[in-house]
Amino acid sequence: MLVGLEHYLMLSAILFSIGLYGALAKRNAIVILMSIELMLNAVNIAMVAFSSYIVPELLTGQVFALFIMVVAAAEVAVGLAIIIAIYRHYETIDATRIDLMKW
Amino acid sequence: MNLELFIPELSLGIFALAVILLDLFIKRKGYLVVVSIIGLVVSAAFTIAMWGGSSQLIFNNMLAVDGFALFFKLLFLGIAALVILSSVDYVSRFSRFQGEYYALVLLSTLGMMLMAAATELISLYVALELASISLYILVGFLKDSRSTEASLKYLLLGAVASAVLLYGMALIFGVSGKTQLLEIAQTVQTLSLEGVLSSPALILGIVLLVAGFGFKMAAVPFHMWVPDVYEGAPTPITAYLSVASKAAGFAIILRVFFSSFGLPEWLSLNWGLVIAVLSAIGMTWGNVAAIPQVNIKRMLGYSSIAQAGYLMVGLAVVGFSPAGNILGQSTVLFFLACYALTNMGAFIAIIAISDKIRSDQISDYAGMGKRSPIVSLGLTLCLISLIGMPPAAGFMAKFYIFSAAVQHDLLWLVVIAVINSAISAYYYLRVVKVMWLNKPASEEKVPSSGTLRVALAISCSGVLLLGIIPGYIMRLAELAARMFT
Repeated sequence: MLVGLEHYLMLSAILFSIGLYGALAKRNAIVILMSIELMLNAVNIAMVAFSSYIVPELLTGQVFALFIMVVAAAEVAVGLAIIIAIYRHYETIDATRIDLMKW
Repeated sequence: MNLELFIPELSLGIFALAVILLDLFIKRKGYLVVVSIIGLVVSAAFTIAMWGGSSQLIFNNMLAVDGFALFFKLLFLGIAALVILSSVDYVSRFSRFQGEYYALVLLSTLGMMLMAAATELISLYVALELASISLYILVGFLKDSRSTEASLKYLLLGAVASAVLLYGMALIFGVSGKTQLLEIAQTVQTLSLEGVLSSPALILGIVLLVAGFGFKMAAVPFHMWVPDVYEGAPTPITAYLSVASKAAGFAIILRVFFSSFGLPEWLSLNWGLVIAVLSAIGMTWGNVAAIPQVNIKRMLGYSSIAQAGYLMVGLAVVGFSPAGNILGQSTVLFFLACYALTNMGAFIAIIAISDKIRSDQISDYAGMGKRSPIVSLGLTLCLISLIGMPPAAGFMAKFYIFSAAVQHDLLWLVVIAVINSAISAYYYLRVVKVMWLNKPASEEKVPSSGTLRVALAISCSGVLLLGIIPGYIMRLAELAARMFT
């Protein structure tokens, strides 16, 4: 079987869907953060695949993927700090129990 | 390199770092406010000096220096100055990290300025994240349980939204092979309706972009974070979120959709229709959900969802009008300027009152007309402006945006918007009634500090000026909309 662009895109779409499901359905805040990372990496796969199949002479997609990784790392750093702050107040990181404000 | 065209951003960045450094050395933290304000003024001066020059693209077509970007830069700088002035009292009580607070406000302003200027998907994404990540931290700055909860909710939902936005960008990149907005437009222009329907990656990409930007604009159905985050965040940051962050969202969606998807006509008509439907749902939901609220910050959160709906009427006009017609863009810019002054004014008044009575409940505002007449008068003016009644700015803003919509066959949307304005009068006027007619809980006066009074005076006089003589800013908005690369 020849691996083509559509296989990469399929993989990317599946990973993105798993990540989105995890972000919506999981209760542990760290697992939600991991799911979001999965979504971002799915985007990276799509970016790199598009870049090498559609415009092989340019590196735009690869460069975009690098930027996404760097920004995602910054986002996770802030996210983990906020989760620590949450743990100090609630003594849990179960997202369903962090519910002082509703409606 | 055209570094001289980048000076407003560069100088603001330098001042933000200077604030962090100075914080280590000086004991009297009041100077940090002065340095931050000087940074904003310097950056604004450079921006004004560039006004009227020709439109240019810098850094390999990554950023645009055009009237549109300059208009938004001035708007963000002005908002940030008001936010810093209204934070002085609030922040002076923090035992630590005062410098970081001001530096983060400046950095997120920098991110928003870059957002308004970005003409390329990579620079757009990095600018958006610079603005967002600074805001995630600022929302949790109080470090009590509500503030951290708001911060976590904002971070998780914001990160999901930016992942969705990125997936949309990847699909657009896949369709066109380009990330520069004008180059994307060249590919998109040649597509036919049948071709796109048979391989719908472009449609999915546009829908995902609307979702990602909709989160920033707080448009229904991407608004779930708004009430919680507005309630939990420090009040000056709530004001900043409701005004600057929303304006930045509108700046990028205007630029991306007008530059890249403005042609062919069937495409722009279709996304215009999507925006129009979201707008109708948004204003209805925002206004209906605001009615039962008892917390004033939460109420203004729902109100800002409704205002995003009114603003999207202008965005729909952009989709419905032929390319080269700037009516839609200029009315959105004018509405944003009016909304910024009005909502800032309302939040500054809330900071002045709530900070002293230690409560955000509307019922605790009873008799404020007697306890703090000047601040209550300012809040009343701003609420009247939010309803859209003359002589306040909100009236002119709504008048322009609705008349633009009528000219482009969106009468049904205007009818819904006008009905919504009538609904909104109920909950805005309820606050006015509580303040002026209900019996106060105590006779004690509520004092307010000098900086808050200055900030309130600036916003209220702006609201009145824009309401009575809107011509000047309207011409400025038209000029900005015309100078669009």
